[in-house]
Amino acid sequence: MSAVLLEDRLGTTWKKPPLISNPTLRWGLFIAAAVYLVLATASIDVNWSRVAEGLSRGWAFIASFFNPDFVSRGTDIRDGILESVIITVASTVVGILISIPIGLGAARNIAPLPVYLICRGIVALSRALNEIIVAILLVAIFGFGPLAGFLTLSFATIGFLAKLLAEDIEEMDKVQAEAIRATGSTWMQWINYGVQPQVMPRLIGLSMYRLDINFRESAVLGLVGAGGIGATLNTAFDRYEFDTAAAILLIIIVTVMVLEYLSGIIRAKVQ
Amino acid sequence: MPVSQNASGAKIWQLRNRNQTLARWAAYLAGVAVFMWCWQRISDATTWFFVWDAPRIAADIGGRAWPPRWSYMDKLWGPLWDTLNMATLGTLLALVMAVPVAFLAARNTTPSATFIRPIALFIIVATRSINSLIWALLLVAVIGPGVFAGLLAIAFRSIGFCAKLLYEAIEEIDPTQVEAITATGASRWQVMAYGIVPQIMPAFAGISVFRWDINIRESTVLGLVGAGGIGLQLQSSLNTLAWPQVTLILIVILAAVVIGEWVSAKVRGAII
Repeated sequence: MSAVLLEDRLGTTWKKPPLISNPTLRWGLFIAAAVYLVLATASIDVNWSRVAEGLSRGWAFIASFFNPDFVSRGTDIRDGILESVIITVASTVVGILISIPIGLGAARNIAPLPVYLICRGIVALSRALNEIIVAILLVAIFGFGPLAGFLTLSFATIGFLAKLLAEDIEEMDKVQAEAIRATGSTWMQWINYGVQPQVMPRLIGLSMYRLDINFRESAVLGLVGAGGIGATLNTAFDRYEFDTAAAILLIIIVTVMVLEYLSGIIRAKVQ
Repeated sequence: MPVSQNASGAKIWQLRNRNQTLARWAAYLAGVAVFMWCWQRISDATTWFFVWDAPRIAADIGGRAWPPRWSYMDKLWGPLWDTLNMATLGTLLALVMAVPVAFLAARNTTPSATFIRPIALFIIVATRSINSLIWALLLVAVIGPGVFAGLLAIAFRSIGFCAKLLYEAIEEIDPTQVEAITATGASRWQVMAYGIVPQIMPAFAGISVFRWDINIRESTVLGLVGAGGIGLQLQSSLNTLAWPQVTLILIVILAAVVIGEWVSAKVRGAII
């Protein structure tokens, strides 16, 4: 821009600078995106008559949100939600407990290289595998029931929490940790007084966030037989009992809202 | 607990007083009790025989699942393309819907903080708290199985996520730039286009790519409930206990996820 003289620009109107300055790249990306869009849209065959037929059902579902049925499957819903909550709490606690040592090991400024590589490997594996896929495998191995869901979510929590904790530890203030070191502390004391106070607020915030995620995830684990409210929800959809499904979804939404509100309060308190 | 004592052994300083210590102890006790109760419920609902038998079952499945049936790959290219389309088009559709919601939800751009903002926030929470599999389940029931249902499921699920991050970005913009544009006599839309949009453009691009990466992961499993993509193949292979095919599909999904994450990291690195 600075190469353009003021005299040249006088009399011309100002134009917004483009997002990507290189014109070849800009047009190349633009054309590639357009070609892809056409190809992709063409490859999706939509059965519009089926969609039109479904619209009335979709409308019935939206209407049922204003008239949810908590009662007729009340015991199923209560048991399912309770199981979801139990899975959520247990897996969050276990996941946090396991992810703290792994998070310490995955921080390059604390752990030696072999430990670092192993812990990063665990984190990468846990993050790459979708919860549902893990749940399918664990259900095949451990049988149906909440144990498979509990193990799935604990495993997923490790990848999430250990990665973010390790990143937080890597960004910590070295001076504080060094000061503790200089007093002749043991390794445990060093972690406990030099590192832990620095990462604690964020760890608590992330744990609350993960609790929220785990609850949402536990709602779908039932689809593959890993316990929780998902099985009831699936049955409700299969039988087109939209009012029951709407009731379950409302409970999930309200619980997530409450959890988010609570975690907001707790995070504001610890920070 | 750090406690300092003087020479005669009397306490000088202590981090917490007695009530705080007691409160902490009670909180820990309650936490452990809740966890133990949860664990007991899980344990009661578990058939422990299957759990003790698990290593043998796992070894058995592992033995059947290896080596993967590479020849099955021919049948996976189509579903893989569908999966990519669901993720990409779903993200685009979500962004189209998320942008207005974000502008309505941001405190500094919402037309009415008392009426419209709560509605926008509710849309964000509601779409975000319902998992994409549940959206898919619902949409399959409504508009029938297929890629289209999966695409819409991805789109609806992503609205909340994109809109939430975007409205936080909008709330954090520098007001002086907006004021400068307003001072030139710009209309409401011009203020938006020249004062707000350029400031949130990097965040917007970052959010889109980030969500695209997540959507690649999620769209791989949507087929389990009949919404198209590679999950459909996974479901049918699981139902017929064709473990070598399952292994191959898992490898393909893993590769897709890793490539998606790599692409998104590269693009985000180029933007920021």
